[in-house]
Amino acid sequence: MSVIESSGVVTASVTVPGESIPRVEFLPVTVELLRKLWDQYGPLMIHQSGGCCDGSSPMCFPAGDFITSDQDVLLGRLDIAPEGAEPQVIDFWMSAEQFEYWSHTFLSVDVVKGRGSGFSVEAPEGVRFMIRSRLMETAAPFV
Amino acid sequence: MTVYAAPGSPDAKITFKPRYENWIGGEWVKPVKGQYFEDISPVNGKPFAEVARGTAEDIELALDAAHRAAPAWGKTSATQRAAVLNKIADLIDANTELLALAETWDNGKAIRETLNADIPLAADHFRYFAAAIRAQEGSFAEMDGDMTAYHYHEPLGVVGQIIPWNFPILMAVWKLAPALAAGNAIVLKPAEQTPVSILVLIELIGDVLPPGVVNIVNGFGVEAGKPLASSPRIRKIAFTGETTTGRLILQYASANIIPATLELGGKSPNLFFADVADKDDAFYDKALEGFALFAFNQGEVCTAPSRALIEKPIYDQFLGAAVKRTALAVQGNPLDTETMVGAQASNDQLEKILSYIDIGKQEGAKLLLGGERADLGGDLSEGYYVQPTIFEGHNKMRLFQEEIFGPVLAVTSFDGYDDGIAIANDTLYGLGAGVWSRNGNVAYRAGRDIQAGRVWVNNYHAYPAGAAFGGYKSSGIGRENSRLALDHYQQTKNLLVSYSEEKLGFF
Repeated sequence: MSVIESSGVVTASVTVPGESIPRVEFLPVTVELLRKLWDQYGPLMIHQSGGCCDGSSPMCFPAGDFITSDQDVLLGRLDIAPEGAEPQVIDFWMSAEQFEYWSHTFLSVDVVKGRGSGFSVEAPEGVRFMIRSRLMETAAPFV
Repeated sequence: MTVYAAPGSPDAKITFKPRYENWIGGEWVKPVKGQYFEDISPVNGKPFAEVARGTAEDIELALDAAHRAAPAWGKTSATQRAAVLNKIADLIDANTELLALAETWDNGKAIRETLNADIPLAADHFRYFAAAIRAQEGSFAEMDGDMTAYHYHEPLGVVGQIIPWNFPILMAVWKLAPALAAGNAIVLKPAEQTPVSILVLIELIGDVLPPGVVNIVNGFGVEAGKPLASSPRIRKIAFTGETTTGRLILQYASANIIPATLELGGKSPNLFFADVADKDDAFYDKALEGFALFAFNQGEVCTAPSRALIEKPIYDQFLGAAVKRTALAVQGNPLDTETMVGAQASNDQLEKILSYIDIGKQEGAKLLLGGERADLGGDLSEGYYVQPTIFEGHNKMRLFQEEIFGPVLAVTSFDGYDDGIAIANDTLYGLGAGVWSRNGNVAYRAGRDIQAGRVWVNNYHAYPAGAAFGGYKSSGIGRENSRLALDHYQQTKNLLVSYSEEKLGFF
């Protein structure tokens, strides 16, 4: 299962078959916002977008609103519930074709001031989720 | 050189209203829930108007108005509709400076672009579709001597359109013009980053259209865009944006069994073959400009040539000259006609671009130019400016694979024709591409071999009405900017007519 660190960061459980290292984390500010959105919308999911305009942003929807398929990869599961509370698990998805190009990077979900992000539920709050990336520890360097 | 006065100042070409309502049924209508949000100018990072925060209730009102207007509008003759479109074009032309200033203030782009591209192209787009609908003919086929199949183009009825923020007026017009020409009524939702300029346009042209034919509801995607895209009361949805929302819109469309057209961006390769550098002449200069165009519109273009691929024999020479050329691009006050690079459209866009510059450095890409937020000082200090940035790296890096939507270029070399095409096609997307060569045969073959809907050959970033625009691969479905777009807003009525007294004889 996912882990809440003392810093308040939530690190995803490992869900990609054959892997042993987490790929996604929520920063404390992200966890706080997601808890608020969960109260408003109920269970949530995230799908990482690509492409134009608001692309490359993680899009947050009521769970099940976005229909995933075999063309998507579940990058991780993250429980945003405070310790001891009922689990509040968010699945983090990405399209399989996009994962081929992103697989060497670890994704840290942050929150920035901003406006508009497709149909993602945080936009009316005047903020947006944003990905900060770092290289996976095991990623082979480019040659 | 001209520096336009900022909106609201005494000499300004436009003073925005303090508050904008929704445009429904030919009049301004307050949002049902009475909520508003601030529109922020990227030029200085400050709010300049309040805008209706529309919700599902407002979308329903707009759909009511559109459904009232659609039957009569759909029955008007092509001649009448073309006359309306031409009048709209004349009004846009007569107000170029006002609209250009509104667009620049809302979006942050340099006014030389809005004056010379966005607004004139918008006017021309209406004229193109006025002409296209006049020239469109149905067809008939003779089944046998006494039976004829007639094919008529009929409008869909009421359609939904969701507009991006990078060319707020022009992208709205790309969708409005064919839909109107074809005889549809429209509910349109602008991007919440740039909600006002399209309302300035509708203020000018609203009287020319019958009430309810065009309805504009502003608001956030989840509150206004989703109820529009998922409504069973539209017969088609058009969207420009990113892939996740594109898929979501297709899911909604499947639930309602309606067509959807999508334009979802790209990571366009710009290939420079070695013969480009055979001479230091006007063509070479044009190719260098073609390289630097990655920073056009601050890189906020779905077709931005954000991957430059340079053939090995000229790599160092061409890249050196091209970096120097890019460094000459003037970044500054978007209201100054000398400015080439203005502001990014929003704070989160700025943050995203900076995060990509960071991952580029981590991945080991070599920074050749820029790489920082630009502080232009004074009133512009709080604006969202990024230096034109060039990285050298490898096509597998994320810098080369993701649409940054900022003035950030990823450069690499290729070794011969096959390698060039392979790298060009090694991407999820297929919207735009550029090919530069003095050899017509090479340029032709490369243009045909690149998997993209638009390949510019020996030019880049031209968008004349009449040249079909749309994506291959994950860049979307459908074509705009061409009479082909009419097909996306029409359905075929077949009248199968018997001119015989003979019965079928089965019963």
